[in-house]
Amino acid sequence: MLVIDVGAVSTRAMLFDVVDGRYRFLAVGSAPSTDAAPFYDVGEGVQRAIENLQEITGRVIIDENERLIIPATRDGRGVDTFAATISAGPPLKVVAVGLLEDVSLESTRRLAKTTYTGVIETISLNDRRKSDARIDSILRLRPDLILVAGGTDGGASQSVLKLLEAVGLACYLTADEQKPEVIYAGNQELTEEVRSSLTGFASLHFAPNIRPTLEMENLDAAQTVVAEASARVRARQIAGVRNLDEWAGGGLLPTASAFGRLIRFLSRAYDSPKGVLGVDVGASATTIAAAFHGDLTLGVYPEYGLGRGLPGLLEDARLEEIAQWLPQNVPLEDIHDYIYNKSLFPGTLPATKEELAIEQALARQVMRCGLRRAAGGFPASVSRRGLLPPMEPILASGSVLTHAPTLGSCLMMMLDGLQPVGVTTMVLDQNHLAAALGAAAAINPILSVQVLDSSTFVYLGTVISPVGNARPGTPILRLRMVQSNGNETTIDIKYGTLEAIPLPLGQSARVHLQPFHRFDVGMGGPGRSGSLVVHGGALGVVIDARGRPLRMPKDVGRRQEAMQKWLWTLGG
Amino acid sequence: MLAPVRHILPVTTIRRERLLPIQGKISVRKGQKVSATDTVAEASLSPAHLLLDLSRGLGLPPEKTDQHIQCKAGDSVDAGDILAGPVGLARRVVRAPKKARVVVAGGGQVLLEVQNKPFELKAALPGMVMDLIPERGVVIETTGALIQGVWGNGGIGFGLMLVLAKTPNHVLTRDQLEVSYRGSVILAGHCAEEDVIKMAGELPLRGLILASMAPSVIPVAEKSPVPVMVLEGFGQRPMNTAAFNLLTTNEQREVAINAEPWDPYTGTRPEVIIPLPAPGDTQQSKDVQVLEPGKQVYILRAPHAGKVGRLLSAGGMKTFPSGVRALSALVRFDDGTEALVPAANLEIIQ
Repeated sequence: MLVIDVGAVSTRAMLFDVVDGRYRFLAVGSAPSTDAAPFYDVGEGVQRAIENLQEITGRVIIDENERLIIPATRDGRGVDTFAATISAGPPLKVVAVGLLEDVSLESTRRLAKTTYTGVIETISLNDRRKSDARIDSILRLRPDLILVAGGTDGGASQSVLKLLEAVGLACYLTADEQKPEVIYAGNQELTEEVRSSLTGFASLHFAPNIRPTLEMENLDAAQTVVAEASARVRARQIAGVRNLDEWAGGGLLPTASAFGRLIRFLSRAYDSPKGVLGVDVGASATTIAAAFHGDLTLGVYPEYGLGRGLPGLLEDARLEEIAQWLPQNVPLEDIHDYIYNKSLFPGTLPATKEELAIEQALARQVMRCGLRRAAGGFPASVSRRGLLPPMEPILASGSVLTHAPTLGSCLMMMLDGLQPVGVTTMVLDQNHLAAALGAAAAINPILSVQVLDSSTFVYLGTVISPVGNARPGTPILRLRMVQSNGNETTIDIKYGTLEAIPLPLGQSARVHLQPFHRFDVGMGGPGRSGSLVVHGGALGVVIDARGRPLRMPKDVGRRQEAMQKWLWTLGG
Repeated sequence: MLAPVRHILPVTTIRRERLLPIQGKISVRKGQKVSATDTVAEASLSPAHLLLDLSRGLGLPPEKTDQHIQCKAGDSVDAGDILAGPVGLARRVVRAPKKARVVVAGGGQVLLEVQNKPFELKAALPGMVMDLIPERGVVIETTGALIQGVWGNGGIGFGLMLVLAKTPNHVLTRDQLEVSYRGSVILAGHCAEEDVIKMAGELPLRGLILASMAPSVIPVAEKSPVPVMVLEGFGQRPMNTAAFNLLTTNEQREVAINAEPWDPYTGTRPEVIIPLPAPGDTQQSKDVQVLEPGKQVYILRAPHAGKVGRLLSAGGMKTFPSGVRALSALVRFDDGTEALVPAANLEIIQ
């Protein structure tokens, strides 16, 4: 199977095939993405990425006429199946329409954020403007997508239809080639009336009500409709995308949707009371995918991508918040300059220690901001004020993490940015395969399962993060680890510290946890002790007792000393 | 390996497509000479509509209103013209509140489009209209010097260029802007003061070309009626030597400044064009080229941000002081020193 991902900076061609009776990831070819100037055609980058893959593997995948060879031939040329994902392109412009600001409109905004969008306008009952002003606003903004929700099933109808009046007239007045995609995900009893008022004026699609009752939000099915609409918009906007979609049999997916699909799959597979968390810190966006009992919450934030949209971070984070993650004294103006320069040149790399420190500080902050936003969509039963709900595993992707100089610095970014609680396992998507496996799952689920089971992902280790309050230096946890070879380690963990106990890959151990002072280590409540089996990883067993929420030392000297010590603890 | 190109050329053929974002009307003809600030096309980007509730106006239910409508789609109406009625003993009517065009009438309502000032697409460079793209725009060509930048506030201007930046490290302050500069395009170094931009608007200048700018000035620059563009980036960065030499040697010439934002999806980039006669057959330079030895390159990131040099060799994978491992390139600068930089941090200058 060949999976292509067209990112904002790189286009990648990933090859999977059967080895010794099981699907394996074989190789990846890459090339700079060509969606933007001067090529304006993703096909150029796709071609080069496949050529790179052919050079690496020695396998012919495209023929002399630059066409994909599918299915594979007897002599081993080509591939049997193909999937594709895309995150390149400017954020889609979305107009969100809902009845009430804090009910259907809020859900519509969250629905918009399940793919690469910017909400440029909202329309609701709270909106004092008359219909003609709303029409003019939509015409002026020229949205790619209009999302409409409102009315519980069997509930409000006239108000919803009144809101749709402006949408319908604006679409009527828009030239054919610029008509937006319109998705109606409101009161299902109005479907026929919506259809009769909008058909012919817009590319109209329907999804189940995202707010079927006042208390319930259900974005799942609508998310898929939005993902399909966004692929259609991209096919109109950028040359070569339609061809890619044809190769994928009409199954081209936004990268974030495919990533979310994998996280949902893992949540169903693990069937655990904990959620599963996926984080992708990319150039196009930072994606937060959290699944609880198979229900996915997906948040895609282009304003938190480490590329063109990066200045958007400053709407939600002050420069001082970013500076708190720096191990040295950096003037706030330098951070400000860095953000804007990075947005001009998203494909560039940090060559100096100082620039790397700023980049990694930004990675931490975008994860914090992304989690804060996404948490609004977590089920009420798991939400914990200001803290991440218990999650396991936590899967992370994105070049700033996978290209970190050491695995220790990668895990530091994840711990600082995500601040997990209790016991979790941290996994790094070293080869950026998560979205590809999510896309592949629709065509060949066995491939996804078998590749996940292989050692393609880097298992960083088990992380234990006690939650509670104490004075720094107070012992808060006794940990006794008994390895399978009989070796035993007992360690008292002090509040404010970060410790790591080596446990190599392939080995396992039983860990007994005895918290003091009513600290919660995820064994069933504050003060409860327990034991569990942990498996070896690149960084062993890490105990992060620095506190939740994490408060970095304000004094630059102390912060530098602390960060250096923590990094050294994790192997540098 | 391909690398993006930043054009800094003493004389070249410059061909630009100027397109409306939606369908509109072209207001020039093929073969016509235009100046940078001439309007080449127009479109209604900010339409104004009025939706009138005729049912309410006539005091009738919607299903009984339509038979009293006195206009149809496409009709032009003047202020005061009857749109519906008269109805009833009181002879109730609904009149057009303004001069408008009827878009659609029915269902007890009428939608009117009111004339609004159209968006005017400017040429952005002085030259000749070579081609027309029906209902969308034109292709304009000229010859001259071309210097591309990285940020612009969307303005377009044309005027005599005065050079305040006597060195690439120049810093522009408000007190340097004199009343006599009114109507000119100023070339300066770094700007970190909002007051400078405000003063530029008060004079007013016809354009402001900066080497670099503090991000804190962006909000004021974005609102300024003066075209403002930045050549290098944000934070204090000297003007690159290639641009400095080219621009300063053209002081007192008329220049066109197109400070449109850098949009990689349309290809527009802020640029300065200095119309010059072509010495012979000049060709357009390509926008992407292969990174190969001998090419003049520009370093985008620290530790040599803003420096210009020659590529000696494109090397293999190297680990940089940051610990990041990437494809490398060896560059020699004008002062003879050499540096190994990530290839991803290079632009070709041509």
